[in-house]
Amino acid sequence: MELIVNLIVQGIQMALVVALAPLLVGLVRKVKARLTRRRGASLVQPYRDIARLMRKEVVLAENASWLFRVVPYMVFAATWVAAALVPTFATGLQFSWTADLIAIVALLGSARFFLALAGMDVGTSFGGIGSSREMMIATMAEPAMLLTVFSVALVAGSTQLSTVSHFMASPEVGLRVSLGLALVALIIVAIAENARIPVDNPATHLELTMVHEAMVLEYSGRHLAMIEIAAALKLLLYISLIACVFFPWGIATESDSLGAYAVGALAYFAKLGAGGVALAVFETSIAKMRVFRVPDFLGVALMLALLGTLLLFVSRSL
Amino acid sequence: MLLDVAISCAAFLLLLAVPAVALGSRPFASSLIYALSVIPLAIVAVVGVSALLGVGEMTTAVLPVGLPWLGSHLSLDALSAFFLVVVGLGGAVTGVYAIGYGRHEHEPWRVLPFYPAFLGAMVIVVLADDASTFLLSWEVMSLLSWALVLAHHRESEAQKAAYVYLVMAGFGTMALLLAFGLLAGGEGGYAFEAIRAGKRSPLAATAILALMLIGAGSKAGLAPLHVWLPLAHPAAPSHVSALMSGVMTKVALYGFIRVVFDLLGPLEWWTSPAVILLGSTTAVLGIVYAMMESDIKKALAYSTIENIGVIFAALGLALAFKASGLTAPAALAFSAALFHIFNHMAFKSLLFMGAGAVLNATGRRDLDGLGGLIGRMPVTSFLVLVGVTAISALPPLNGFASEWLVFQSVLKSPELPQIGLQILIPAAGGLLALAAALVAAAFVRIYGVGFLGRPRSEAARQAKEVDRFSLTAMALLAAICVLAGIFPGLVLDTMAPAVHAMLGSQLPLQAEQPWLTLVPITESRSTYNGLLVMVFIAVSASAAAWMVHRLASRRLRRAPAWDCGFPNADPATQYGAGSFAQPVRRVLGTILMRAHEEVKMPPPGDPSPARHTVHTRDLIWEEIYLRIASTVNVIATRMNHLQFLTIRRYLSLVLFSLVSLLLVLALWN
Repeated sequence: MELIVNLIVQGIQMALVVALAPLLVGLVRKVKARLTRRRGASLVQPYRDIARLMRKEVVLAENASWLFRVVPYMVFAATWVAAALVPTFATGLQFSWTADLIAIVALLGSARFFLALAGMDVGTSFGGIGSSREMMIATMAEPAMLLTVFSVALVAGSTQLSTVSHFMASPEVGLRVSLGLALVALIIVAIAENARIPVDNPATHLELTMVHEAMVLEYSGRHLAMIEIAAALKLLLYISLIACVFFPWGIATESDSLGAYAVGALAYFAKLGAGGVALAVFETSIAKMRVFRVPDFLGVALMLALLGTLLLFVSRSL
Repeated sequence: MLLDVAISCAAFLLLLAVPAVALGSRPFASSLIYALSVIPLAIVAVVGVSALLGVGEMTTAVLPVGLPWLGSHLSLDALSAFFLVVVGLGGAVTGVYAIGYGRHEHEPWRVLPFYPAFLGAMVIVVLADDASTFLLSWEVMSLLSWALVLAHHRESEAQKAAYVYLVMAGFGTMALLLAFGLLAGGEGGYAFEAIRAGKRSPLAATAILALMLIGAGSKAGLAPLHVWLPLAHPAAPSHVSALMSGVMTKVALYGFIRVVFDLLGPLEWWTSPAVILLGSTTAVLGIVYAMMESDIKKALAYSTIENIGVIFAALGLALAFKASGLTAPAALAFSAALFHIFNHMAFKSLLFMGAGAVLNATGRRDLDGLGGLIGRMPVTSFLVLVGVTAISALPPLNGFASEWLVFQSVLKSPELPQIGLQILIPAAGGLLALAAALVAAAFVRIYGVGFLGRPRSEAARQAKEVDRFSLTAMALLAAICVLAGIFPGLVLDTMAPAVHAMLGSQLPLQAEQPWLTLVPITESRSTYNGLLVMVFIAVSASAAAWMVHRLASRRLRRAPAWDCGFPNADPATQYGAGSFAQPVRRVLGTILMRAHEEVKMPPPGDPSPARHTVHTRDLIWEEIYLRIASTVNVIATRMNHLQFLTIRRYLSLVLFSLVSLLLVLALWN
């Protein structure tokens, strides 16, 4: 019986992340539009876009291989599994022990790896430029991410997200410099990984500034829809991750009642909304960088994360 | 019993060289010799597994060969058994590959006699139980692999590679000789039993560690002694490259582990930072070089250096934990190292075999002459994709499982009492993370340029799938990559006796964990389940695909590539090896390789093409090796006139040196 309830809760989380992700993207777009004095598309526009893409036929390049057709589903699946393993409204879900934080980072790495390969598959210059730049950004972002994981794991004594979240919710943590540094580093990584301004522009169609969009340029129809959902899921994942590690307020634990789950869900929606609005405000207030300035930006994240880790060795309470 | 079987297999392999010489260039010779080499190696692998599982006792034996009155001591313990599995499995699968690949060899008599003997020598190294047997078989292994590097001796590149390799191998063996001299001490007990019982000062122990880092490290490819590796491994025929990268580097690591963890006894904690730092910088350097290299086999060789760096870093972590008496984290780091050794054997052999298949099908090794192979060599391309995913440490394959364990042991560093190590290890962890991210970029480049896209040459356009033996061998290794990735706990349990033999502790038994989850420390701390990750990805990907095809649309139309409206038919407009590396070259290459780009624009009105050239420098080669070579050259030139003296002068020189040596001796006493 308990197993069934647990499975249902896990299932709700899996359905929830995939259902909410396009709404989050819609929210960010809407707030950005309002901030620039435009009315903007409706909040549900991303759902309509995805539905439209799904119904359209796929126009496939003549020399595209089987890999090109399989990758959208693999990218979606890897991102979805990763997003389902990050605690959202409750910790200690049925399968939360399948992968710890390092494995979640690596799952996202798998998705990026295959998407970059797909960018190379048709053999166009745009695919190549997108893939090579995406991998360059990843080579800087991934170590910063792992060092952030290190400092969080050093504080919490675990890389298991449920344990980390529990620990961070306990009163003994308090405000710490190292965690602050880790938070800033993680936010920079999240911006880079989600191809947001100032690293990349999700709305651009100016070829020379594209990274992510150039990589998926040859995709159309349902394939493109899967990639769009995966990108939205990734954004949701990073906001959930930041929320559950640094702002674990209201999150429900496995033994809690239905009421606690409801509170957890409400708190989670509020955090997602706050994250989305904050991202939109940040994006409107900053200009896009040249591509070769991005390593400097990510280098800052790397240094902050390393500094956070080292501070913990100087004093465990910093 | 088990030991006798292993020794007979090794002897059979060594003796197989004789019929190989006799058969020479007969058409069936190569298939026969390779097929015959598979059987003893498969038996060796089975012997290793059964020894690890505790079937049959582990014994020692003394053979009446080798040095007079000493004989050669051989023994089979858990560590040897683990490496027997690595050598046996890698060698046997390579043999299967070679049955097909060897047919394309133009001069098989230059490969056949050395190949089985090389494998036999590696088996003996792993079984050796005294210094002379160990060093002798080590040197035989080096020389035979040198002969194999020279198989294509007419290519000037192979000549240079073989020369550098010979010098470095000689240098490495010299370091090993000195290390064993120090180990044996004044009494001169050269059996491992006697060495183990001996006592040494901390200074001597540190010197031995340094000598082992030079001796075994140079053979394994530790920076800055790695320079021969990217020359020699690619110069050999591809199945030999697979053996050298996949298996011989592991035998070198065996030598390091055997001496440092088993024979040497306790080491001070301050010796471990050297190993950790050397390992992690080797990892980053190796993969940055791989990222810049456009020869597919050379890039793979550089990636071997990266993996060796990761393994050395994990071994250094194990040393650090062991020195402070933290047995559980030491076992974790050591298990990670052994697991990565096994994994690297599987995926690097697979990738070299894939490179060999490409070389056979197209005759080209440069990435810029390949492309589009996924449509022309579908099976090879799929199997190489598995290898590429595994080596890039992506879940759920095996490379990730061992990298994950390395990172878990890095996270145990706060338990160390020394503040220096506490600060150093996270920094090293950062380097390892950088290396891991670069590996993914480097292999997207190798696979994306080499196998995907449009063919960049006529040879690539006409490529055909390779023979069944090659494909079977690659499929076996790909299966190992997948199975070890989704059942990492079973592999770790099997190798646990080897960990226990070296450290006296081991990881908790993984088979008892629910759902075969990997739990290195405790469940609340860190868990990873490759099987479930695999199942989840497979189920959700196929469910999504099924739903989309069922409910939305399944229509599909083939059309020319879009490319923002300006597709260009010339395959040279694709991203190539150089252009893909450009972002990383600008970010890291400018620092590590002094990379700079030069643009030559013709003046206005001049119709000649503009030129863009990239200059990179190999700083280690230029700053260390060329300097040493030029110093030796200067000294040699100075000494040269000693060759042209009169006999009286020679006699007086002899008298003078004799008197001065006697004087020194007299003063000494």
